[in-house]
Amino acid sequence: MRTTGSTLRRLKSLARARAAIWLALWCVSSSAALAAELAPFEVVGDAIPVSLTGEKGDPARGRAIVVDRQKGLCLLCHSGPFPEQRFQGDIAPSLEGAGSRWSAGQLRLRLVDATRLNPETSMPSYYKIDGLGRVAPAFKGKPILDAAQIEDVTAYLATLRDGPGAQEKP
Amino acid sequence: MILRALWILPACAMLLAVAIAHAEIPAQERKSGAEFMSPQTQAMQADDASNPGMLAVLDGEAAWNEKAGAANKACADCHGAAEQSMKGVSARYPAFNAATSQPIDVAGQVNQCRAERQQAQPLRAESRELLALTTYIGLQSRGMPVAPPDDERLTPFRERGKALFNQRLGQLNFSCAHCHEDNWGRKLGSAPIPQAHANAYPIYRLEWQDVGSLQRRLRNCMSGVRAAPYSYGSLEFIELELFLAERARGMAVETPGVRP
Ligand code: HEC
Ligand code: HEC
Repeated sequence: MRTTGSTLRRLKSLARARAAIWLALWCVSSSAALAAELAPFEVVGDAIPVSLTGEKGDPARGRAIVVDRQKGLCLLCHSGPFPEQRFQGDIAPSLEGAGSRWSAGQLRLRLVDATRLNPETSMPSYYKIDGLGRVAPAFKGKPILDAAQIEDVTAYLATLRDGPGAQEKP
Repeated sequence: MILRALWILPACAMLLAVAIAHAEIPAQERKSGAEFMSPQTQAMQADDASNPGMLAVLDGEAAWNEKAGAANKACADCHGAAEQSMKGVSARYPAFNAATSQPIDVAGQVNQCRAERQQAQPLRAESRELLALTTYIGLQSRGMPVAPPDDERLTPFRERGKALFNQRLGQLNFSCAHCHEDNWGRKLGSAPIPQAHANAYPIYRLEWQDVGSLQRRLRNCMSGVRAAPYSYGSLEFIELELFLAERARGMAVETPGVRP
């Protein structure tokens, strides 16, 4: 046992980093906790053309939500143009160029409820409270992000105009 | 009319198949969770002198021989040497328990022996002593293939376990299959997603700095997607265990595993 003491310590610190991921997945998500009801919205084709709050989101706040492992959780599954972020997932396509591939309305629907486009998707529905099973009491009746946060993230994603597919949509 | 009805049937069957279509892992692609770990962690599991789970095995051996309860009997008084009597037990459990008409896992069986044969209090889920005994019993199957019994009475429970595995859960709305069938080998943040085989449990987990059961691992996965985890010892967990055992049929038992 003694000879492996230092390896054990190193592995334990790696393990703690990993624990942080699960904690992040689990932590109470900030202001979304206050939203008792969802703002009404209309799906047109594969988009939600109108802002959920009636206002434009703030891209800088949106970026902060995207990289926040307790709020957006996006980097658990996605990678993207975030050189400062050490751990990025590879379950989902890179967010690079998302704003070239999709309009703001299309991005909004993909955040609000991606299962409307692909019932099998593993992309969580960020603005949905119905039809979910066994939600833990701390999260019951709350969307992952509130309407203002959805608008901030949408505004940020719309700025991601390089990367694959950039030429497909002006 | 009849023609139309005939057409509808396969159409419904197809729809159903689409609704639950996750890519089941072909036998030749199955990998133990250990294969997703760093070489250091693999080495730690492989060498009994550095595997911290072996401490639980030692505790388990002591508990096996310790008299307990009003009957003042030890496990060894009924079962003799665990090396013989417990060989292969963890490889085939959960098994069907005729008395309750329900499946039972090794931890449940230990507590049933305590109640009925030792007349002692049940051991708390995840308690040191229960984990020590289940790890010690698990070690007696190390290297043997996972071999769930062909017992028809288990089938409906195993089927329900499969349905639970494919059901979306929690605020993040993921099923077990989303991660472990569709995305194994990819990264969730920094963590590689394993195939979710239960052949190394109980494990010593560096993150827990302790030994823990399969159910503790499953509760972690459930709270990860912000779902209310099932309770320890619940029928849902036993059903999931039955399905996981079938999924891992033929893989070698590795208890005690080490995990990051
Ligand atoms: C648990 C996994 C997961 C998380 C967390 C996640 N996504 Fe996704 N996302 C996916 C998957 C998988 C897809 C692929 C589309 C599909 O399967 O329907 C996707 C697709 C997308 C798309 C469309 C991509 C394209 O270019 O086609 C956007 C935009 C997107 N996600 C943004 C986000 C943002 C922003 C967040 C965080 C607020 C986020 N996602 C969180 C899994 C995830
Ligand atoms: C969001 C993704 C995700 C979901 C959903 C999920 N898991 Fe996991 N699971 C993981 C990851 C990642 C690990 C590896 C542990 C780690 O490194 O944190 C894991 C580990 C496991 C293990 C241990 C495998 C080993 O070799 O030690 C089992 C068994 C398991 N999961 C079963 C399940 C079951 C059953 C469900 C549904 C109730 C489930 N998982 C849901 C991501 C997930």
